[in-house]
Amino acid sequence: MSGDSGSGDSSSATLHSTDPVLREFAELVGETDGVAVAGGRTRWSAGGELDSAARVIQAPSGIVDYVPEEMIVTVRAGTPVAELHAELAAKGQRTGLPERGGTVGGALAVGENDVTVLGRGTVRSALLQVRYVSSEGRIVNGGGPTVKNVTGFDLPRLMVGSLGTLGCLAEVIVRTNPIPTVSQWYLASDADPFASYQAVMAPSAVVYDGTNTLVLLEGHAVDVDQQAGELAATGSFVEVGPPSLPTGHRWSLPPAELKKIATHDTGAFNALVGVGTVWAAKPQPARTLSPEVQAVHDRMKMQFDPTGRLNPGRKPGVNR
Amino acid sequence: MASFLKSAASAGSAAYDSFRRLPGRKFEPAETDQLVLDLQAALTEDRVRNDSAQRALMSHDASVFDGGNAGPVCYPETTDEVVAIMKIAERHDRAVVPRGAGTGLAGGAIPLGDAPVVIAVTKMNRVLEIDEDNGIAWVEPGVINLDLTNHLKPHGYHFAPDPSSQQVCTIGGNVANNSGGPHCLAYGVTNAHIMALEVVSPAGDVLQLGGLDPEPLGLDLRGVFVGSEGTLGVTTKVAVKLTRNRPGVRTLLLSFSSVRDAANTVSGVIAAGVVPAAMEVMDARITEAVENYVHAGYPTDAAAVLLAEVDGLESGVDIDADQIRAIGLANNATDVRLAADDTERALLWKGRKTAFGAIAQIAPDYYLHDTVVPRSALADVLEEVYAIADRNDLLIMNVFHAGDGNLHPLIIFDGRDPGVLDRVHQAGAEIITASLDAGGVLSGEHGIGVEKQKFMSRMFTDDDLDHQNRVRQAFDPVCRANPGKVMPMGHSCADIQQLRAVPRDVWG
Ligand SMILES: Cc1cc2nc3c(=O)[nH]c(=O)nc-3n(C[C@H](O)[C@H](O)[C@H](O)COP(=O)(O)OP(=O)(O)OC[C@H]3O[C@@H](n4cnc5c(N)ncnc54)[C@H](O)[C@@H]3O)c2cc1C
Ligand SMILES: Cc1cc2nc3c(=O)[nH]c(=O)nc-3n(C[C@H](O)[C@H](O)[C@H](O)COP(=O)(O)OP(=O)(O)OC[C@H]3O[C@@H](n4cnc5c(N)ncnc54)[C@H](O)[C@@H]3O)c2cc1C
Repeated sequence: MSGDSGSGDSSSATLHSTDPVLREFAELVGETDGVAVAGGRTRWSAGGELDSAARVIQAPSGIVDYVPEEMIVTVRAGTPVAELHAELAAKGQRTGLPERGGTVGGALAVGENDVTVLGRGTVRSALLQVRYVSSEGRIVNGGGPTVKNVTGFDLPRLMVGSLGTLGCLAEVIVRTNPIPTVSQWYLASDADPFASYQAVMAPSAVVYDGTNTLVLLEGHAVDVDQQAGELAATGSFVEVGPPSLPTGHRWSLPPAELKKIATHDTGAFNALVGVGTVWAAKPQPARTLSPEVQAVHDRMKMQFDPTGRLNPGRKPGVNR
Repeated sequence: MASFLKSAASAGSAAYDSFRRLPGRKFEPAETDQLVLDLQAALTEDRVRNDSAQRALMSHDASVFDGGNAGPVCYPETTDEVVAIMKIAERHDRAVVPRGAGTGLAGGAIPLGDAPVVIAVTKMNRVLEIDEDNGIAWVEPGVINLDLTNHLKPHGYHFAPDPSSQQVCTIGGNVANNSGGPHCLAYGVTNAHIMALEVVSPAGDVLQLGGLDPEPLGLDLRGVFVGSEGTLGVTTKVAVKLTRNRPGVRTLLLSFSSVRDAANTVSGVIAAGVVPAAMEVMDARITEAVENYVHAGYPTDAAAVLLAEVDGLESGVDIDADQIRAIGLANNATDVRLAADDTERALLWKGRKTAFGAIAQIAPDYYLHDTVVPRSALADVLEEVYAIADRNDLLIMNVFHAGDGNLHPLIIFDGRDPGVLDRVHQAGAEIITASLDAGGVLSGEHGIGVEKQKFMSRMFTDDDLDHQNRVRQAFDPVCRANPGKVMPMGHSCADIQQLRAVPRDVWG
């Protein structure tokens, strides 16, 4: 560096990762050939077909440091989300990452929110700090360990949903949040889901399949009871156990479009009211970026992976 | 490393340094300047100002740093006009500096280098649409933060980020600095509240970043733009998320005989799994100043007060409020007061939000710092901050967003005292060191600007900074937007230099 490192540099030594596990992963990523990281392979086809010549590797796994009082956890990217959540649950906490059999790195690389996003928060805001291996095989750190941080360009936001095309995620710090005292699902087949969504102050999920409306209420028991009462005014809701999570092709629509869901060729669907995510039998028609925004994407890829060796063949957002 | 050296090789003149005077340049209005004539032709004559008074004014922001060197100051009213300004600036090989209300504290809006064109968006100040079905409002960037919330109130919503400067700062500035406020503890900072942005790129392209749908196609460039301090382009339209007003609110004022007890209460509340809407701590000095100023009913005999607020449904907030009270008492709170009604609540908040105004009574100058530390380290770092003040013979007060560990040590001084600036500067550097050593970060909400560039390498390696610089390069290969900010010296866009001539096709 050109000698302007402020006064002294006591802490910067700790910034250079000497962690052998990360260094080993960096060596595994290497510097030249095509490479893709496999997590739980639950979204392996997202973004399109992987170039068959690409080497498939795995990210390190394990929880590195968990500080419940700070509501943060440092975890290797290859750790299964279920394993992470089991550890957090022992302290009454969870994260915004989806529990669908995948890994922490995979969930962040894919960046998709699950059904309970309104209650748990988005995947993109869950990531506080990221350590990834660059296309040059270097360990790069972005973001920081605190919940609030405006220190330069926001590499964590760039990495979420980038599908590993800009860097191979190695280790992350993720924000945790308390598991609510009560979580209760309600079902009605005669409700107007949009009225139900409006009627309660803070639903954790409102899912509509064209007939049934499923609502998840979370929080203090008194709050859940009160909201259940408000919900009752919009349909004959009954308490039900946790439903199976919706699957299918993934659509992303402005929430207002859900009122016109019948005009979209979805086939059987489950729509997340107030959010706009739809799981459907048929895929969403291809979306495109404007040429100007595409150009920024192309330059970003050129900057981070000039030879196109990271997850070759895949493009974020395609083939959902 | 190799790639970093490449960008370092383009280093030009020295980067801006805090408190160092820039080479003095007189604001000579150049009436015949073709740049000005072109800008006036694209806007109107009265909305392109080139007089020395206006340029001098626009050479500063609310930070303690010496002013820069503003070129012509433009007041566009439409996106098309911003595009025109950008293209004219490009033709004249001139940089641009986006500007909102100029309340930034890190010097982000100070124009550096060769008289950049200032794009002041204050006349783009309309709330364009409230779209309840999509849960957003489209607003222009010059809308004042508090005006937006007042505008949304009758509809039952508000804009969650509430910086203390909310009566004057703009949404565009909030986006550029990823601003926070007391109520960002539960609701998250600006980034969590921006769905989509219209941005005029440094090449004059209009970009739609993000979208009203939950998973817009491609990379999260919206997320990357938020917090980029005007270096990636100018925001001309913002889709902000509507946050529903909560029916139940409880505001507590807890008094303590030590700052440590207050800090321990804060980490205790978080550890207990309560997520209050806000938790703000004020030390005795600032509490006294505030009380003299607004008579909010703060105790002037406490070493620290904690203002905590919970919101939600009526019955649930009582449970949370009781828990905060209990944790406070367990940490030796000497008094716990619950605001009886909206009037008392408003008064308590008025005290907190006018804290900085109150300081004007005490000393002519202040320097507000901004670092974040792990909540469990709050008490230790605060102790160190007071020691730093003593060592440097300065007065420091603390009023801060305790819930998220965001410290705001406020250094009070009189700039006329000989040598005081050096001590202020030294204390600032020591506060940063103490925060980083405790596992914290450089800035929680004010950003890097020109203030903390040289500390960036304390938190990041060369490789880390090189990658941040790549983001900048992807949006702005010629460093036209707000040059000289954020990145430390040695990184291409940090250096104040003539814009590099780049072949057209770099823009792709
Ligand atoms: C039927 C079904 C439905 C699902 N529905 C949802 C849903 O609605 N919402 C939801 O959030 N999740 C859903 N998931 C799960 C979700 O796909 C995973 O939680 C996660 O997003 C992918 O994790 P993975 O480890 O399986 O990734 P993989 O499938 O292994 O990888 C996915 C992509 O990410 C890349 N990648 C993986 N790890 C890394 C890394 N460390 N660094 C860089 N790139 C990496 C891969 O190269 C690949 O391109 C569903 C899963 C199934 C089986
Ligand atoms: C008394 C006081 C209290 C404060 N309290 C807080 C607080 O609690 N929390 C907090 O976060 N901040 C606080 N601030 C700092 C400041 O108010 C915020 O950073 C605010 O968001 C800046 O808004 P602005 O309109 O004044 O922007 P400016 O100061 O004009 O600009 C700030 C940065 O944004 C860029 N910018 C402005 N508009 C645009 C645009 N349209 N497009 C692209 N870039 C743009 C500028 O180039 C510059 O880099 C405080 C400041 C003061 C003076």
